[in-house]
Amino acid sequence: MRENGTLKIDEGQERLLERLCNASAVSGDETEVRAIVLESVKPFVDEVAVDVMGNVLVKRFGDGKNLMKVMLAAHMDEVGMMVTHDEGKGKFRFDVVGGIPSHILPAKSVWVGRNKIPGIIGAAPIHLTTKVERRKPISMEDLRLDVGPDNGKEVKIGDRVVFSTEFTTQENAIFAKALDDRIGVTILIQLLKNAPVNIDLLAAFTVQEEVGLRGAITAAFELDPDIAIAIDCTPANDQPAWDEGDDRWSENTQYNTRLGKGPAVYVADRGTISDPRLVRHFVNASQENDIPFQFRQPGGGRTDAAAIHKQRSGTPSISISVPARYVHTPLSVCDRLDWENTQKLINFGLVSIPGDILAVEI
Amino acid sequence: MKNLICSLCEVPGPSGFETRIRKLIKSEVESYADEIRTDNLGNLIVRKGKTGPESKRIMIAAHMDEIGFMVTHIDKGGYVRFMPIGGVNASACIGSRVRMLDGLPGLIHAERKLNGDKPLTFENMFIDLGYEDQRDNPVQVGDVAVYDYHPIDLGDRLVSKALDDRIGVAVLVETLRMIKEDDINLSNDIYFVFTVQEEVGLRGAAPAAFGIKPDLGIAVDVTRTGDTPKALRMSVDLGKGPAVKVRDQRLIADPRVVSWMVSVAEKSEIPYQLEVLESGSTDAGVIQLVQTGVPAGCLSIPCRYLHTPSEMVDLRDVKNAVRLMIELLTQPVSLV
Repeated sequence: MRENGTLKIDEGQERLLERLCNASAVSGDETEVRAIVLESVKPFVDEVAVDVMGNVLVKRFGDGKNLMKVMLAAHMDEVGMMVTHDEGKGKFRFDVVGGIPSHILPAKSVWVGRNKIPGIIGAAPIHLTTKVERRKPISMEDLRLDVGPDNGKEVKIGDRVVFSTEFTTQENAIFAKALDDRIGVTILIQLLKNAPVNIDLLAAFTVQEEVGLRGAITAAFELDPDIAIAIDCTPANDQPAWDEGDDRWSENTQYNTRLGKGPAVYVADRGTISDPRLVRHFVNASQENDIPFQFRQPGGGRTDAAAIHKQRSGTPSISISVPARYVHTPLSVCDRLDWENTQKLINFGLVSIPGDILAVEI
Repeated sequence: MKNLICSLCEVPGPSGFETRIRKLIKSEVESYADEIRTDNLGNLIVRKGKTGPESKRIMIAAHMDEIGFMVTHIDKGGYVRFMPIGGVNASACIGSRVRMLDGLPGLIHAERKLNGDKPLTFENMFIDLGYEDQRDNPVQVGDVAVYDYHPIDLGDRLVSKALDDRIGVAVLVETLRMIKEDDINLSNDIYFVFTVQEEVGLRGAAPAAFGIKPDLGIAVDVTRTGDTPKALRMSVDLGKGPAVKVRDQRLIADPRVVSWMVSVAEKSEIPYQLEVLESGSTDAGVIQLVQTGVPAGCLSIPCRYLHTPSEMVDLRDVKNAVRLMIELLTQPVSLV
């Protein structure tokens, strides 16, 4: 039973994204998201397993024998924090898990642990600091997690902490935490539901991407695919540049991607040089199906593809991501149309992928 | 061999885009190979030798890719912004000549420094392709370019871009040629692997080794020298022979492999140097950790001015490297 709709974003998908974004799953404890993923995919897959690392590995076979094995990866974990020391009276020291810049932490409200105990990341109040102190960025050394004087016993060392952001939308703007990479997870679930019949779809909902692409290593070794596509969420740093002086040359040349310009196709990032055959194929698929797309600026950052393409004897790989502003902070923003077009591009790319695409020498 | 080296250096092949250089290498070695194939990531694998229970599987690796540039943005003035592919030396870029893979020539320059103390970064640089209206240029984000210079023949010494590691490639090609032409009988099974994407993180070599499962792995790559004015301390000199690598940033060479390489060199009276590289790595570092582990080492070609458009080697070191490689592959492998 396969649905082959046009893959427009519907109410069901939006509610699923909401559930996923509001869930807590910091790298290494992806339990809550894994449960939602398993519940969502079980009705329509051929094989499902959870590996040693906690990756959810799902197979949906196509129609026929010797079909191309395509691995799609989206990571279940989000960046967050972890409690490290109990200082008593509800105050705790903590560390970041994954790449969160420490200067955005003060004054953020958070949920702690599996029971989502409310807390706040405190810094000294303004009237107790000097002017000199206020000018310096606050270091991790001076930040504390505060869950209130009587609630310290609810919190254990090692508990994970997430920003307490609730999902919301406004027209085409989607505001949530952890769009990186719950949006990839949502897309992957939808692609499994509408799986193309010309390939064997091997889906990996990976763990611990944010701390070093760790789940992807074992997932790729196990699935041993012919090609791989990582579906992630990538920064859109598309604010205007405010250069001093020269208006003629004032321009943001380091935007990475732009919101509203479509799915971001990677040519290269810090961890992977996409297989040029796959880049050409998806660019053609976008043009043939009238789907807007943009090239993600070659540069920093990595996706699960960096780990996947080097496993075993190597796997030609590519990443295709949804752009979002303010990733790795309490609130990111993405565009519903970019979400939809990313889903469509990957789908149309998969249904049209020639079985002999790798026969052309790279 | 000079002609071979020059043609190898002139073909563009930045990491991830090795198609053309692979094609040239393939045409050079096809007739010498027992088996030849290209793997999933584009590594070119040439097998030559004897299979069987007595023979050891030896992987010799030289990387096909060179450093280069990838377009990140065409700015509103039409100037081409880029990021480096691999460890490009930033100061060597200013005023350098480059060529896009599709043939368009240009040069690199930079914004003037507003605050004098800020170091030169790739974000401030751009490629100028010389269009009257720069916005007419056909370049797109993701396009790639390499340095564009012909080699300079200085007699015993050669200057070129991409000697890292086309000189290693040349050593492998020449070794294969001599094995064929002198009808040398190999008692082991040798895999000559021309790897991809070394410059961006040693990416091609481990997947290649995973498929081959070698008993021994030797990379052939360039290494720095310490013999130029106020150079970083380094005991390797140009012209004093190929170097047997003891250690680099990703590899502590298997001591048995080092002893074996040294004893073969001494027995065959081939000049050699011992190399400790404080900063830098080669394919050997990742080959060593494949599957359940591979004894690994590296034969280095001394080279000045690495990762600039004007790298320099001494051809006598190169010839001695070929001689040493042939001895290593034809004498019994004894790792004790």
